[in-house]
This record gives sequence, C-alpha cells and structure tokens, in this order.
Amino acid sequence: MAAFKLPKYAATLVMAVFTLYFLTPLWWLFVASGKKDGQVTDGHALLPDKFAIGENLSDLFRYHDGIFLRWMANSIAYTVGAAAIGTLLAGMCGYALAKYVFRGRELLFNIVLGGVLVPATALALPLFLMFSKVSLANTFWAVFLPSLVNPFGVYLGRIYAAASVPDELMEAARIDGSSEVRTFFTLSVRLMAPAFVTIFLFHFVAVWNNFMLPLIMLGNERLFPVTLGLYSWNTQVNQHPELRALVLVGAFVSLAPMVIAFLSLQRFWRSGLGAGSIK
Amino acid sequence: MTKRHVSAVLFFVTPFGVLFALFYLVPIIYAVVQSLYTVKRKGTFGPATDVFGGLVQYRQVFSDGPFWQSIERVLLFGAVQVPVMLGLALAFALLLDSGLVKGRRFFRLAFFLPYAVPGVVAAIMWGYLYSPNLSPFTAVTASADLLSPSLVLWAMANVVTWIYVGYNMLIIYSALLAVPTEIYEAAKIDGAGPFRTAWSIKIPMVLPAIVLTTVFSIIGTLQLLAEPQVFKSFSSAVSSTYTPNLTVLNASSIPNFHLAAAFSVVLALATFILSFTFLKFTQRKGVQ
Repeated sequence: MAAFKLPKYAATLVMAVFTLYFLTPLWWLFVASGKKDGQVTDGHALLPDKFAIGENLSDLFRYHDGIFLRWMANSIAYTVGAAAIGTLLAGMCGYALAKYVFRGRELLFNIVLGGVLVPATALALPLFLMFSKVSLANTFWAVFLPSLVNPFGVYLGRIYAAASVPDELMEAARIDGSSEVRTFFTLSVRLMAPAFVTIFLFHFVAVWNNFMLPLIMLGNERLFPVTLGLYSWNTQVNQHPELRALVLVGAFVSLAPMVIAFLSLQRFWRSGLGAGSIK
Repeated sequence: MTKRHVSAVLFFVTPFGVLFALFYLVPIIYAVVQSLYTVKRKGTFGPATDVFGGLVQYRQVFSDGPFWQSIERVLLFGAVQVPVMLGLALAFALLLDSGLVKGRRFFRLAFFLPYAVPGVVAAIMWGYLYSPNLSPFTAVTASADLLSPSLVLWAMANVVTWIYVGYNMLIIYSALLAVPTEIYEAAKIDGAGPFRTAWSIKIPMVLPAIVLTTVFSIIGTLQLLAEPQVFKSFSSAVSSTYTPNLTVLNASSIPNFHLAAAFSVVLALATFILSFTFLKFTQRKGVQ
C-alpha cells in the first residue's frame, strides 16, 4: 500500500506548488492595494500590515469626480449588454444550422468558422475607419456594436443544439401547433441552457478583456472601459506618482465582477466548457 | 422543407448574419480597399487627397524591417510559450483526471482563476512584480533583470502562460471527462499503468481538444498587444513596434491609415494561413 500512497501525495503536492504560482500574484495585488500611498515595499510585501485599503478605496472612488466608477459601469454595460444579446443571436444561428436543412447551410457555417480564425484585433483598425466615416468613432456604439458578434458562439451553439435538442421533441411541438420560433423560445432554449451560459461566459470574458478595440476607438475618457482606464493611469504613474496607489487598488477592484460571474456560474461552465472540443 | 421553416430559418439566422457581415466581412473588405490607396498632396502643405496606389503600401510593408522583426519575435515567442503552456495544461488535466489528486475542485478553480484577469490588469500586476524596486521577490529581481531586452519577451510569455494555463487545462480536462470509463477498465485489465493509460489512450482521445487550444493559442500569439503595450511603461526594451499589432497601432497614430490597413491585412492573412495550415496538417495526420 505504501507504494500507492507516494504518487498520490506527489501528484497533490505538484498541484499545490503550482497553486502558489497561480494565486500568489493575486494575493500580492490584494496586499499591495492596501498599502498607503502605493508604497508597495513599505512593510511586509505579502502580509497586510499597515493596511489602509478603506482609505485607498475612498481615494479611488473620489478621484476625478469618480471616474473609476464610471469606467466600471461602462465595462459592465459593454460586457453584459453585448454578451447577453450576442449569446442569444449566436445561439439562434447555431440552432438553425443544427436543426434545419436549408440551402447554403454549409457555406454559411464555413464562413462563420472562418470568422473564428480572423483575429478580432485585425478588425479593430478597419472598424475604426468605418465608424469614423459615419462619425460614430469615439461613441459607446463604436465599442458596443462590434462586440455583439461572436462566431465561436455560433460554432458552440450548433454543437450543443445538435446534442441536446431531439428532433422528436420538435416534431411533437409541431404537431401540437407550436410555431418554430415559439418552440425555440419555450422548449429549445431551456434544453440548451448550459450551452447558453457557456457561450455567454466566453463572450463576457472576450468583451471584458478586449483592449485593442476601445484603445483605437475611444478618445473620450468618460467612455473608457475599466481596462483602458487603468492602462491610461498606469502610463501616467511616472508623472503623477499618486496614481500608483489608485492603479493597484483599481486593478484589484476591477477583478470583482469577473470573479463573481465565474463563481456564481460555476455549475454551468464546469459541465459545458468541454463540449466544444469533443467533436 | 416547408415554407414555414424557411421563414423560421431566416428569423434565426438573419440577426447574427447581418451583424457578422457588418462587423466582420465589411471591415475585412474595407481594410483591403483602404490598403490599396495612398495619400497625395499638392505641394508640401497642400490639401491631402486619397488616390489609388495599387500595391504601394504593400511594398512598404514588405520592406519594413521592424515589422518583420516583430513577426519573427512573436513566432519565437509562440514556438516556446505555446508548447510550454499547453504541455502544463495537459499535464494538469491528466493529473486531475488520474484520481491521484485530492481537492480537485479547489485546484480546478485556483488554476482557472487567472483567466478571469484581463490581460491589461495581469500585465500591470506582473510588471510590478518584475520591477526591481517594487517587487516583493527581491532575490529574483536582483539576480536577473526580467525587464531587460534579453529577458522581457520571456517575462511577457510568463504573463500569458499564467493567464491561460488553467483555461486550456479545463478544456482538455472536460474532454477527458467525456471519455467513456469502460475504455480505462479494459486498459486496466490489460495491465496498463497510469502513465501507459495516459499516453496510449487519454492523449489520443483528447487530441481534438489539444488541436483546438493550439489554434487559439497561435491566433493569440500573433495578436499579442495588451502585455507589450503595458510593458512599455515598465521597460524601455519594449519599442512601439515590438509586436505586429503594436506596429499597426503605431502606424494608425502617425496617422497613416492606408499603411496601417496594409499591416492589418498582412497580419490577418499570416494568422489565417498559420492556423489553417496547422488544422489541415493535424487533420491529415488524424486520417493516417
């Protein structure tokens, strides 16, 4: 039995060591965001002594008429709005591709799949030029509208719909006199719920993390998402040292919505995440 | 197929289709068109007009030394970082799946957590950890300057690895969970140990997941932007043409949009060709 115990602890030990690698930087950020005036080397680096996070938070929320809270609100508006609408549209398209036979189906699917391989950052510059043409660059819509499109969501939607919505059930609904659209919204959406959550989460992360599009589109500070705001503060730290504390505590606060989203939707992404890669 | 279904299909497909056309297809065409134009001025200070210039911009792209150096740089980055990251992800996924690890739920969550950190925030955080006068790890930063020209690329590789290992691990792990357990029973009866089972059964079974994660990693590598853009504030070794996307950004802030469009087109093509070739290559291998 002893021979079997050794690898067991060894495997757990390996995982424990790497846990330190993954979590220590975040723990440091938490400790550093509580240092007074951003003096990160003041006191113990990895223990919260001389902890003044309350003070830093109130500085953060007051700075520049509360611009940071405005950035957080912007990020949430861009992300939640785009991911919710984008997920529904991608899910509908994937559903049609999986459950109906129609002319041009494979062509459409292949074009959308090609879209998965097109890097979003390569689109940022032409999008900027297009939005400038219609005088919409540097507006909310310039970031929001392109963020609605999620070709990978269509791919996932197709796989999930094929796997989780039986043809017999759709046929039964048809016999009951339900229209196709109604069947989708009352029946199929429910069967595809884990899929929708997974697509939503991927989309949420992609939009929340998108940096190039807002960087190239937005000049007005009041429209910035929080990532761009923190970035712009960080570039000014050398001229304005007081910003260092705000960058650190702001970075820490900016993680909250994502962490909450991940933890609360854990049940879904745990089961749904792999489905895209099985086929 | 009845008529009723045609209208239903249109209802389902049109909203996404229109947005996809507007914000994916049209920009690609628009970038190509813009890249074929050039700015002509009447005299030195005269009004600027766009005139058709053919492949003038592309000639400039192909003779642009720093741009090709940046392509080389990200290819080197990818050649090292992608195998390391996916190797770790695969190893962790196999460990989680082996039944040898206690506290699987905790590890899964802990490893995945960095994925919730945006690239910009992760880069700022690691930038502080690398800076000799700010870092808590003074022993490391005193012996090696991680922000020096020779090391900063790998310092950024660490940031990208830190963010994405857990994400890739979860994709591979979910694929492992989908493998029917009867196969393992059979292997056990045949006397296969955990390593043998992993190598001969599990890895081949999750190859599609590994291919998928590789393609996404290749695309991500060529598009490297947030990390180098942030690291410009921490290290003078990161120039404004350090990665291809920084070059695009730089050209558009001059502003020379026609040249920037040509850079974008070449970069998108390179990405597309590289990931497509990889897909085809692995598909052919799968057939044999």
